[in-house]
Amino acid sequence: MSTTTTVIDKRRKGSIWDGGNEPLKASYGKLMMWFFLLSDAFTFSALLVTYGMIRFSHQAYDPEIHGTFKFSQDYWPIPEKVFEAVPFLHGYELPLVFVGIMTFILIMSSVTMVLAVEAGHRNDRNDVEKWMLWTIIGGFAFLGSQAWEWTHFIVGTEEGSVARFMENGKWVEKTIFGANLVVNQYGPPAFADLFFFITGFHGTHVFSGVLLNILIFYNTATGVYERRGHYEMVEKVGLYWHFVDLVWVFVFTFFYLI
Amino acid sequence: MSAVDIHSTHGVGHDAHLDHDHEHEHHDNFITKYIFSTDHKMIAKQYLISGIFWAIIGIGLSSIFRLQLGFQDIKLTWLKPILGEWILDSGKIDPNFYLALVTMHGTIMVFFVLTAGLSGTFSNFLIPLQIGARDMASGFMNMLSYWFFFVASVIMFVSLFLETGPASGGWVIYPPLSALPQAMPGSGMGMNLWLISMALFIVSQLLGGINYITTVINLRTRGMSFSRLPLTIWAFFLTAIIGLLSFPVLMSAALLLIFDRWFGTSFYLSEIYIGGEALPNVGGSPILFQHLFWFLGHPEVYIVLLPALGITSEIIATNARKPIFGYRAMIGSMMAITVLSFVVWAHHMFVSGLNPFLGSIFMFLTLIIAVPSAVKAFNYITTLWKGNIVFTPAMLFSIGLVSFFISGGLTGIALGNSAIDIQLHDTYFVVAHFHLVMGAASAFGLLAGVYHWFPKFFGRMLDEKLGYIHFWFTFVGIYLVFFPMHYIGIAGFPRRYYSFTGFQVFNKYMDLNHFISAAAILTGIAQFIFLFNFFYSMFKGRRAPQNPWRSNTLEWTAPIHPGHGNWVGEIPSVYRWPYDYSKPGASEDFIPQNVPLSATPESNLPHEQGLIGDEIEDMETGVVFDKKEEINAPTVKDHKLPKGSAGADQNIRNIGGDPEKL
Repeated sequence: MSTTTTVIDKRRKGSIWDGGNEPLKASYGKLMMWFFLLSDAFTFSALLVTYGMIRFSHQAYDPEIHGTFKFSQDYWPIPEKVFEAVPFLHGYELPLVFVGIMTFILIMSSVTMVLAVEAGHRNDRNDVEKWMLWTIIGGFAFLGSQAWEWTHFIVGTEEGSVARFMENGKWVEKTIFGANLVVNQYGPPAFADLFFFITGFHGTHVFSGVLLNILIFYNTATGVYERRGHYEMVEKVGLYWHFVDLVWVFVFTFFYLI
Repeated sequence: MSAVDIHSTHGVGHDAHLDHDHEHEHHDNFITKYIFSTDHKMIAKQYLISGIFWAIIGIGLSSIFRLQLGFQDIKLTWLKPILGEWILDSGKIDPNFYLALVTMHGTIMVFFVLTAGLSGTFSNFLIPLQIGARDMASGFMNMLSYWFFFVASVIMFVSLFLETGPASGGWVIYPPLSALPQAMPGSGMGMNLWLISMALFIVSQLLGGINYITTVINLRTRGMSFSRLPLTIWAFFLTAIIGLLSFPVLMSAALLLIFDRWFGTSFYLSEIYIGGEALPNVGGSPILFQHLFWFLGHPEVYIVLLPALGITSEIIATNARKPIFGYRAMIGSMMAITVLSFVVWAHHMFVSGLNPFLGSIFMFLTLIIAVPSAVKAFNYITTLWKGNIVFTPAMLFSIGLVSFFISGGLTGIALGNSAIDIQLHDTYFVVAHFHLVMGAASAFGLLAGVYHWFPKFFGRMLDEKLGYIHFWFTFVGIYLVFFPMHYIGIAGFPRRYYSFTGFQVFNKYMDLNHFISAAAILTGIAQFIFLFNFFYSMFKGRRAPQNPWRSNTLEWTAPIHPGHGNWVGEIPSVYRWPYDYSKPGASEDFIPQNVPLSATPESNLPHEQGLIGDEIEDMETGVVFDKKEEINAPTVKDHKLPKGSAGADQNIRNIGGDPEKL
């Protein structure tokens, strides 16, 4: 524990759980962050279970039945075919390259966060500032990439795909481009619904994380933590940032790999 | 030194601190003291008053629909001044409003009364006082928690006054009724407000729960190990853990539902026709919502019940003047209930098309809950066995709780069987079951807690005679309501139906329904006895002594009117478990937790006698320390804790109550 230098005498017969103590060697604020994250993990689990259940209730693509892969309302799309665009490389098929870059950026921002926390342990204000700044840049880079990916997903491909709709009691065929919460060029609407909801929910978490990081950066730069004598706030926000990163690994696995 | 002497030294200690405290005293104005208070005791009172307010509304709603159910041809024109257009010109209740009534009764009683009113009140009030802390870990978050709840309450309350009515699809808000605004009048704005209100409510629960857990872990006073915690605190602690892990899932479910309602997604909707028109939604599943909902919904039952059981453990041990039977078994059974509560949710869904094999697994897990529940019931009974029972109103309500817990729990074993559930699902049998085991039992826990801790809340006693009258009316009344209800459930009456006159088969049971309604309304009226007693005694009641029930727990060592900070001077240390009642050899039949073993050589058990050498007494203050603690305990200098939280710097602050009141 960084802020309390309580010395626990090993010879003592009593236990650290006997009260008048911080048995987990963590301040109340840090414990609260941990418990909040535990609770938030359940929020995301519920969403990923939802994804699993809806995904499972849809047809999977099977080359023997469906022939060559094309976007169709009849089966769940293959993520590699959906997410294959990279900015400035129009026309190239680069499956999962861009989302790979995004993931790398987010993981690197976790690394810089670790370095900021470590600098906080050394009470090195300049280093905390430096690494927090990198973390903020990483966060913005991730959010920007996600915005691009969403835009691409919403705009859709040039050729679009044909889908059948029930309108006024009759089936009509329409070419749709891109996806929104109601129609989806790439496959069943549920695919787009879940994509927007879950990556959006995660993106909201990242965004609040960036705001917290900016707050921390500001407080560090103005010397608030130096005067306070410790950088525990960096650690607490760091926990949140790592959690958001970890959640992304799961979201990435569910949406892009499986 | 006997237990009585300890109290007198405490009194001296207070006086000695008076001059010293003046410089630290901060004077609250009205707003910081009564409205935006960060004092856990005031927040608890805010929750209690809000809970009472909601209980009046919730019980009022049930009285109205009981009129409809019991007397199908009744003319309710006299309710028109209150309900206006909801009473049709024929004098009958509008069927849509009937559905809104049952929905809002469920929502209000489960969430606003028995979750916020029970946990919010007693977790806030008792955790710091019983573990020996100045306040919650974060008083500010605690305040936020109440005010999120308050805003949620306002929104839910406003929804009662909508022209289209409040949410009406049942408190479980299953889609598609809840997902399609055109499904019924209540699915429009009423449902919107329901969802917004519940989202805020969940935020409030999380803020509160995180605080409770952290406080119990970090802010226990010296000597208060987990194996010396009063069972109330164990119950609140585990309740908070359940809430922390289950409410976020409801949050996810509600957010997805909001998207289905407002943004055209189809998470819960597929292939639906309304008025012959096909809706465009495909690919979702209403069953998915049921899974997500009941993943909260079932643990919610224990969120409601566990605090009541904890309160009962404390009150029964105190008033039976006996140690609680099976202290560790009680903790173990509560832990088992906590774990099991998360793996039984699908027993609410046996008839939803669930795979029967999965049904048998959930049946098996459900029936296991009978084991820890039975352990608790037997422990209550064996605690009472040959006890020197003091029948205070709180004790009567606690015993009443045990009675409801058993009679309602037994029908749970029947309902947990997936085969029997096919017959009984969504009948009044289920209604009777959960009203006894969860509704009435938890309400009795709440009432028992109010009767028991009223002296600590307001420094005055509730009137005992009115308490007895209130108890007997309520206890008998609840059985008269819910016992016959089992029969009409077995007879096949489905719940939530507006009227049974269309079914020949039900006619011969109508007399039972008359009876239930009459009993329910009388029981509801009996609650005014409590309301009068509560508000009258708050101002005019007999002044409370410091320890009116001769109880062992720490809250009774605090001043009668504890200030912000709870104890004047040093926080008491703890030397024993909270259930040293009628200990052989002791001069009194109770030994408070803060009495050191060295003060009670006559009653110490052999192994306790050996621990005395580790305690020493400070000659100046008369405070007894543990010798090891004196050497090794963290000192003020060692702590660099952030300011601004009353709980965090409890080792530094040395202030407490308002000296004038002591």
